[in-house]
Order: sequence, then structure tokens, then C-alpha cells
Amino acid sequence: MAVEEKRAWIMLVVTVIAYAGYVAVVLTAAGDGRLVDAPYVWAMIGTVSGAILLSTVLHIAVSLAARNDATRLDQRDREISRFGDHVGNSLVVIGAVAALVMAIVEWDHFWIANAVYLCFALSGVLGSMARIAAYRRGFPEW
Amino acid sequence: MKPTRVTNSIRALRFAHSEMTQAELARRIGMTRQTVIAIEQGRYSPSLETAFQIAAVLGVPLTDVFHYPAPLEENR
Repeated sequence: MAVEEKRAWIMLVVTVIAYAGYVAVVLTAAGDGRLVDAPYVWAMIGTVSGAILLSTVLHIAVSLAARNDATRLDQRDREISRFGDHVGNSLVVIGAVAALVMAIVEWDHFWIANAVYLCFALSGVLGSMARIAAYRRGFPEW
Repeated sequence: MKPTRVTNSIRALRFAHSEMTQAELARRIGMTRQTVIAIEQGRYSPSLETAFQIAAVLGVPLTDVFHYPAPLEENR
């Protein structure tokens, strides 16, 4: 398996775990009360920071475990990376537009922050899945 | 994603060329071994420049390495 494919798997798994952890913490904190009153800020900062830290550590571990020539990026890796970014970026735009609309109609900060976080998480998941699919099933356009 | 109709004979040509390994071919064209495997299996279409590099390393014309089927009669 190419090192970049392993990195895509890391991104996918870490993003899913971090977001699931965040949702669990916020739902638990909300209890029977209103969701918008749940203390979400530190849960969000904690899971985002934790995801960045964990994925960085795992990326370093994968690079150290790989042979020297396997860590080098080539044309195919760069094309697949661009393809994954292209797929993922669409959700970042959707999140930004959703946050903009929510801000204009003065929704609670809770919903704005969570809409952006959800779209970031989905962007990471979709981008990683697109990269993994390109490595596994091929990227055969001439 | 539209699959490519381009096929190749890289594997056969490698063996004909002193049983060159995928790693050696990858090193000489500046790619990773995984990419050479993907090209051989038709899971990745290289750039035209890379295709020429592969042909040059294997010492044959480009058309001996990569093949494209003749257009169907009804498409003409």
C-alpha cells in the first residue's frame, strides 16, 4: 500500500473518531436540556486539536516505518491528492455558505459553529474516501 | 470516471529487457514502484512525457509499449 494511501486512511479514521467523540460529548453534556445550551466550545477545540495531533503522530509513524523510496511523492500521488482535495473542497464551500446564511438570519452561534465543523469533517471524510478509491480502483483517465 | 482504453505491454517488455524489476523501472523514470504497478495494471494513465520515458528506458517505440484499439466502424 502506498504511503499516501495509508495517510488517507489515517485522515479518514481520525476524522470519523474525532467527530463521533465530539457528538457524544455534546449530546451527553446537553442531557435532557436544549442542545444549543450544551457547552460545545471546549469539546470542539479539544477534538479538533486532538485529531490534528493524532494524525500528525500517525503520519510520522507511517513515514518512519516506510522504506526511504516509498515516502517520495510522484506524479500519480500529486494527481490523486488534487482529486481528493477537489472532492473535499466542495463541502468546505457548502459549510461556508451555510454559515453565512445562518449568520445573516441570526441563528445561534451553536448552529453556525456546528455547521462549519460538520462540513469540515465531511470534507475530510469524502476527500479521504476519494483518495482511497483512486488508489484502490485506479485513476485511469489518460 | 471513464476508464481508459489504453493498454500496455510494460510487463512483457520488462522481462524482455533483462528482466528489469518494477523498482528499477520506477527508479529510472522517477516514479514509485506502486505507480509502475498501477500503470502496468491499467489503473493509472501516465502523462505523455512519462509514457515516452518508459518507452525510452525499455528501448522501444512508444507504440510498442502503449496500445489503443482501432475506432469502431459505427463511430466513424
